[in-house]
Amino acid sequence: MTHLVEVLATPLAVVGYAEPWWMAIAKSLVIFAVGLQLVPLVLLMERKLLGRFQNRFGPNRVGPFGLLTPIADIVKLLTKEGFRPRTSIGWLFALAPVLSIMSAVAVLAILPFGNVQDIFGTPTGLYGIDVSIGPLFVFAFGAIAFYGIMLGGWSSGSKYSFLGSMRAAAQLISYEAAQGMALIGVIITAQSMSLTEIVEAQAGMWYVVPQIFAFLIFMVASFAETNRPPFDLVEADAELVGGYMTEYGGGRFATYFFAEYLNIIVISGLTVTFFLGGWMLPFGIDAPGWVDPLVVIGKLMVFVFFFIWIRATLPRLRYDQLMSFGWKVLLPLATLNTLVTAIVVTV
Amino acid sequence: MPWNPEADVVEVVRGPRKAGGAGGLYRAFGETLRGLKTTFNQLARVGVTTVQYPEEKIPVFPRFRGRHRLHRFEDTGLEKCVGCSLCAAACPADCIRVVAAENTPENRVSAGERYAAVYEINLSRCIFCGYCEIACPFDAITMGHDFELSDYNRSDLIFTKEMLLAEPAERTPLRTEDE
Repeated sequence: MTHLVEVLATPLAVVGYAEPWWMAIAKSLVIFAVGLQLVPLVLLMERKLLGRFQNRFGPNRVGPFGLLTPIADIVKLLTKEGFRPRTSIGWLFALAPVLSIMSAVAVLAILPFGNVQDIFGTPTGLYGIDVSIGPLFVFAFGAIAFYGIMLGGWSSGSKYSFLGSMRAAAQLISYEAAQGMALIGVIITAQSMSLTEIVEAQAGMWYVVPQIFAFLIFMVASFAETNRPPFDLVEADAELVGGYMTEYGGGRFATYFFAEYLNIIVISGLTVTFFLGGWMLPFGIDAPGWVDPLVVIGKLMVFVFFFIWIRATLPRLRYDQLMSFGWKVLLPLATLNTLVTAIVVTV
Repeated sequence: MPWNPEADVVEVVRGPRKAGGAGGLYRAFGETLRGLKTTFNQLARVGVTTVQYPEEKIPVFPRFRGRHRLHRFEDTGLEKCVGCSLCAAACPADCIRVVAAENTPENRVSAGERYAAVYEINLSRCIFCGYCEIACPFDAITMGHDFELSDYNRSDLIFTKEMLLAEPAERTPLRTEDE
């Protein structure tokens, strides 16, 4: 019993400084305001860039250069009727998109945007919270995101949604294994699970160099985790109509859509944190503290661009190819990488 | 040719080839990079192939079969149509309705004996085949160039004689000879 009390009393986050409560609130407001503003930006960026990749303009009707298109999209979706099929299970159908977006937003809380700064005389970490179990936190919420997709498909009461969510289940489980395995190499090298410490450990050299295989595996698995092409079998429009979100419309669909793009941003942010030195600039350039979040967002946007670039390039994989690639190629490579890293670090 | 036509036995590949192991992985990776380069070149290319439709229009060819027009004689101003209903007979979609009436000396509408008192084309049925134009012995009906024919109401798509005779607003650019 005393042991349990001790465990419960252990703080979730170990921070080396005291942060006043008002700063925690202000910080989370700023992070979510900025983080969620990135979503419409990425949405527009994707459509514009896809247009350019295919020698068209992309959206250019609403506002100057089509800049207001995402706002028009969101307004359109939110003013639509909240329809639900008769065969669906009501409360699960409503809950699923909420789970999806909640898990995406939660990871945003631990994304480090900068080191501890002095703001109004208070030392403040430019991140929501520095949990001592960073990657585990990410994977825990990744698992909940999977419930969002699974329940959404299953509770719709439609066979296409059901097929889509079954695929999602198989795909997410297979690739989460490889993704987690790839991160173990990083954790071993950094000797810490705290995201800020992982970033600080990259001061000498970004992990993209020594952990290049982990980086590549993590990138590929991220594409599968976010259901992006070429691994978008979950919502393969040609064969499954729309996958798990076939029956969704209006605000609930917007929620799923938002969560999907937020996931892209979050996973890009994590890649930056784990492999590209987070807020650090290359060649040891020492920038003032207020530049840090801009550096992170800049690096993050490069990855978002990469996501879009891949979407414009690669066709969708066949389902058996997806499975055999995940289990027979990525997972052994990730395991091998972990093993080699462990040996190198220990010896 | 993907196979050798002189070979006695043609090898048939059933299903995907065996995975190529490490070499296959390397090839797949290389091909992915090549694909990325191709798409990036398209991104870097200046210029688009899109025509901004309502503002820009692709000019049509002179033989383009758009909305019909009825014609008058230029000198007398009389209608060319004599109400013979050959166009209605030729129409495979059965979208033309002609009701003929006799010309009288007081009320002379067309050059012939009779004229079309009612001439209607239901453009929601018309398939723009141009048979009416071929069937007409007086070149009274021809296919024009307008193709923007959407409307909010089906009944608005039944074009009457007056609408077909009226000089259409030139909304469709015509292709010039060097285009």
